[in-house]
Amino acid sequence: MDKMKLSRIGIYTGLVILVIICFIPFYMMIINATRPNSEILRGFTLIPGDSLMDNYDVLISYMDVWRGFRNSLFVAISVTVLNAYFSALTAFALVVYEFKFKNAIFVTFIVMMMVPGQLGLIGLYDLSETLGILDTYWPLIIPAVAAPFTVFFFRQFLITTMHISILEAGRIDGASEVHMFHRIILPILMPAIATMGIFTFIGSWNNYIVPLVIIRSPDLYTLPVMMGALSGSPVASNLGAMYLGIAISVVPIMVAFLFLSKYIISSITAGSVKG
Amino acid sequence: MKNNDRKAYLFIAPFVIVFLVFNLYPIFLTFYYSLTNYSGMGGIDNADFIGIDNYVRLVTDRYFYQAFFNTIRIWGFNFLVQMFIALGLALLFSDIRLKLKGVSLFRALFYLPNIITIASVALLFSILLDWNHGGLNQMLLSLGVINQPINWLNDPLYAQGAVALIGAWMWFGNSFIVLMAGISGISRDYYEAALIDGANWFQSFKYITLPQLKPILLYVLITSIIGGLQLFDLPMLLTDGQGSPQGALNTMVLYLYNQAFRYNNFGYGATLAYGLFFITVIFSAVTFRTMYRKES
Repeated sequence: MDKMKLSRIGIYTGLVILVIICFIPFYMMIINATRPNSEILRGFTLIPGDSLMDNYDVLISYMDVWRGFRNSLFVAISVTVLNAYFSALTAFALVVYEFKFKNAIFVTFIVMMMVPGQLGLIGLYDLSETLGILDTYWPLIIPAVAAPFTVFFFRQFLITTMHISILEAGRIDGASEVHMFHRIILPILMPAIATMGIFTFIGSWNNYIVPLVIIRSPDLYTLPVMMGALSGSPVASNLGAMYLGIAISVVPIMVAFLFLSKYIISSITAGSVKG
Repeated sequence: MKNNDRKAYLFIAPFVIVFLVFNLYPIFLTFYYSLTNYSGMGGIDNADFIGIDNYVRLVTDRYFYQAFFNTIRIWGFNFLVQMFIALGLALLFSDIRLKLKGVSLFRALFYLPNIITIASVALLFSILLDWNHGGLNQMLLSLGVINQPINWLNDPLYAQGAVALIGAWMWFGNSFIVLMAGISGISRDYYEAALIDGANWFQSFKYITLPQLKPILLYVLITSIIGGLQLFDLPMLLTDGQGSPQGALNTMVLYLYNQAFRYNNFGYGATLAYGLFFITVIFSAVTFRTMYRKES
C-alpha cells in the first residue's frame, strides 16, 4: 500500500511539471508584456516589470488591437448565429418532411465533410471579386449559412430526441410550420446548438487564412490577421509591446475558457463518442 | 400533409443556395483555374486554357514534394509526441488501482492551449524562439543548460521540430480528453476479470484497452491527419512565411498560398489545392482500411 502512495506522489509531481511546461509560454508572455524592451533584451525573469502602460502606448499608436478584437467578435458572432439558425432549419426540413433530392442532399453532406477548406479558397476569392464583396466581411460570414457538419449533427440530434407526434399535435392546434420550428424545434435543439456553437465560434475566431486572403483594409483586420501584420510593423522593434499585443489577443480567451471549460470538455467527449 | 412537405423546399432553400454559390461553385471554379495559366489578375478571359499542364508540373515539382514530405514529417513527429503524452495520461487517470483525483482540473489545464488563436501562438513562439533575445534561449542560458544561444528557427531540423512540438503542445489535451472518454466507455468487468485471471498491466492494455479503443484511435488519427495536412498558420507566422529556414517550413497549404496570392499564380495554386485534396482522400482511405482490416 505504501508503494501505491509513493507512485501516486510521483505521478502528481510529473503532472504538475507538465502543467508548468504547458503554461511557461503564457507566463513569459504576460511577464514580458509588463517589461521595457531594454530589459527584455538583457535577459529573462519571472518577476513582472512596470512598463505595462508604456508598452500599451507604443502598441496602440501603431495598431488598434481592440478594433481587431471587435472585428473578430463581430465576425465570429455573426457566423455562429447564422450557422446555428440555418443549420437547424435545414436539419428540421430533412427530418420532418419528405421531398425529392432529400437523399442526394444527405450524401452530399457526407462527401463535403471530407473536403479540406482550402480546396475552394482561390475560387472563393475570385467569386468575391466578381461580386464586389472583396475586402468586406460577407465572404467570411455568408458561407456559415451552409455548414454540412452542423446540419448533420443537428439531424442526428433531432432524430434521437424529437417525437413527430409533437408536431402533429401542434398542427391540430393550428400552428404554422414556421411557428413550430421557432417554438418547438429550436428549444429542443438548444443543447446541440450550444455544443456546435462553441466550436463554430472558436473556429471562426481562430480562422486565419480566409480573412488573410479576403481582407485588405487594416481597419477590417480580424485579430489573427492583425497578429500577422504585427510582426512586420514598427511594433516588432519593441518586444514588450509585441508581447502585450499577443497577450491582449490571448488572455480574454483564457478567461472565457475558465467559465466555459466544463461545458467545452463535455462537448468534446460527446462529439467523439458519438462521431 | 403534402402541402407541408412542399414547405420543406422553402426551409432548405437558404442552405442550398449558399451551398451552391459559396461552397460548390468556388470548388468547381478552382478546378477550372487549375486547367489554365490564370494569374489571378486581369480576369480569367485573358488566361489560356492549358489542359493538364499544371498537373504535369505538379507531379514533377520538387517543391511540391518538399512541401509534402515536410508536412508529413512535421505531422508525424507531432502525432507521436501528442499520442504518447495523451495515451499515457489517459491510462494513468483511468487506472483502477491508482485512483487518481483531479481529472477535470487537469483536463481543463491541458486543453487550454488548444483554444488559443494559432496565429497568436505562432507569433508568440516566433519571439520566444528568437536567437538573441528569445525567452527560451535566455532561460536555458541562465539555467546553464546551454552555453551558446541556439538559433532554433535557422536550423531546418530544429524549426520543423519546433512546429511539431508546438502542435503537440496544442493538441495533446484534446486527444487526452477524447481517449479518456473512450477508455471510460470500456466496461470495468473486463479488467476485473483479467485481474482475477492473473493478467498483468501490460496484458490488460494489449488485449482489452487497445482493441476496445480502436474506433476512438481511428477517429483521433483521421481528424489529426486531415488537420495536419492543412498546416498553415504556424509555418506562415513562425518564420518569413516563405518556408524558411531552407524550405524546411514549406508546407503544402503554405506553398498553395504563396503560389496563388504571393506570386499571382492562380492556375498552379488551384492545382496545388487539388493535389492536397487528393492526398487527403488517399490518407483517410488508407488509414480507415488498415485500421479495420487488422480486425478480420
